[in-house]
Amino acid sequence: MTVDIEKAPPPPVPPVRRTVPGGQRPRRRAGLRLPGGWVPYLLIAPAVAALAAVLGYSLVRNVLISFQEFGRRQLISRTTEYTGWDNFRRVLEMDRFWDSVARTFVFTAVNVALIMIIGTLVGLLLRQLGPVMRLVLSLSLVVAWAMPVIAATTVFRWLFDTQFGVANWAMRTLGFEGYEDHNWFDSGISTLTIAGILIIWGSIPFVALNLYAGLTTVSAEVLEAARMDGAGSWRIFWSIIAPIMRPFFLITTFLEIIWVFKAFPQVYALNGGGPNRESETLPVMAYVEGIGQNQYGTGAAISVLTILILLVAMSFYFRLILKQEKEQDA
Amino acid sequence: MNVRKLSLNGVALVLSAIFLFPVYWMFSSSFKENSQVLTKDPVFFFVPTFEHYTTAQNADLFWTYVRNSLVVTIGAVLVALSVALLASYALARMRFRGKRAMVLTVMAAQLAPWEVLVIVVYLNARDLSMLNSIGTLLLVYFVMALPFTIWTLRGFIAAVPRELEESALIDGCTRTQAFRRVIFPLLAPGLMATSLFGFILAWNEYAMVSVINKAPGTDTLPRWLTSFQTAFGSDWGATMAAASMFTIPVLLVFLLFQRRVTGGLAAGAVKG
Repeated sequence: MTVDIEKAPPPPVPPVRRTVPGGQRPRRRAGLRLPGGWVPYLLIAPAVAALAAVLGYSLVRNVLISFQEFGRRQLISRTTEYTGWDNFRRVLEMDRFWDSVARTFVFTAVNVALIMIIGTLVGLLLRQLGPVMRLVLSLSLVVAWAMPVIAATTVFRWLFDTQFGVANWAMRTLGFEGYEDHNWFDSGISTLTIAGILIIWGSIPFVALNLYAGLTTVSAEVLEAARMDGAGSWRIFWSIIAPIMRPFFLITTFLEIIWVFKAFPQVYALNGGGPNRESETLPVMAYVEGIGQNQYGTGAAISVLTILILLVAMSFYFRLILKQEKEQDA
Repeated sequence: MNVRKLSLNGVALVLSAIFLFPVYWMFSSSFKENSQVLTKDPVFFFVPTFEHYTTAQNADLFWTYVRNSLVVTIGAVLVALSVALLASYALARMRFRGKRAMVLTVMAAQLAPWEVLVIVVYLNARDLSMLNSIGTLLLVYFVMALPFTIWTLRGFIAAVPRELEESALIDGCTRTQAFRRVIFPLLAPGLMATSLFGFILAWNEYAMVSVINKAPGTDTLPRWLTSFQTAFGSDWGATMAAASMFTIPVLLVFLLFQRRVTGGLAAGAVKG
């Protein structure tokens, strides 16, 4: 899912499973209970088969290849050479790998924090606006959200173009020195900052619009009552809105972490991980190393490590979902 | 009070401008003469020209890429919807052993790091002689979209009151009939909202197609757009026209469906 929607786009949040308030669902009469037996298995069979064949097999093979010497020669001769932990040893000894890990973490943390904070503020602002301004702002948000990642990346390259980019013009107009033909992509940090702006710009609408939609279900009376009792905006947010919207914030934060962590086109199509591979995040590094340099074994090792890092970071999310499922089945 | 209102509106106006600007700049650059595009001091008022659109769509194989993108996107969405409909019905309405495992699998698959799996998908496709084929791409996109589609549809099916289905059963419908006549019609908005995600995913996908479909003629629009930039060097006007043409379909679909999607999400999230 890139919501990608990238981010997918700007892609997608699963509606959280509804639980019945109060928990207990009245038991159905036996005659109307839905049939068990083989029917459900038949229904999930195509989905399971597709996932296993394409995704499952790829994951397994990825692990296998990470233990193989797999370069251009093996690709052509179609031979398999297992070399044990060599690839992992090589990757873990690479300074570039650790740089990339640190870069990915900082990149993800900074971007997700900014997305959540600004997104929440914009969502709250939408609530305070009159109908006309609200329509204007939400339309602009929808347009930014809908912008396909690849198109957005191309446009950002143009905005930050060295010769004719409007960013350089803006900096000059604002009176900054040194923005005559300034190359925004001449360092890793600068490139990643622009990738970050691109990701934040494309992700805020998702958070803001969904938060706003969720807030409309919070009853006005509760807020009115709190205001009558003398609660300020800050207090109202932390004591009423935040607790009610807690599931929303949890799910959205975790989805954003995953999306930013995995963000590939925004970084790769912007500058190919350059200059000097200084803007490589983990997915970009796996790609450049594996496909770009024909080192499929090394690339696979990096992607196995990336998946492990992501899994550890996300275990909390899985626990959360499991807990919800359990509550529902009980 | 009035000052507060005014400043809020001011902030909202600035924010709208920030969010719109890149999109506005893309469209406006695509309608300017070259001399107005490639200039140090940007031109804000101009007479629109369509010359860049002509350049862009006359580029090699443009219409092939359009066709490929459409086939892959629509195909993947339709297949994903039909497979997901079956699975999500089972997950939402039936009790069976292994259901929790299935839910977890779907959940985990949704987080699948496809971006780092491109290497293996490439090797798999090569071993099966399935490189440079629209069908392979369609298959991969279908599986990429599947977990999310199941997840969302399950929510929509669960939201249809059981009582409706049960009264249909009491009135003598079979399960299949009850599904076809009661649940399916109520599900239509859900299906539309869900298809939006698959649509965006497949329309935008870049990493996978860059690796498994390298032969000219089997590419899709995202690849065309990025290579266009290289091929046309600094012809930013034509590049922006290409980006605009790529964006317009998504923009239309989004403006049509967006409310439904955010609404459904919020309902689920708050009640969760």
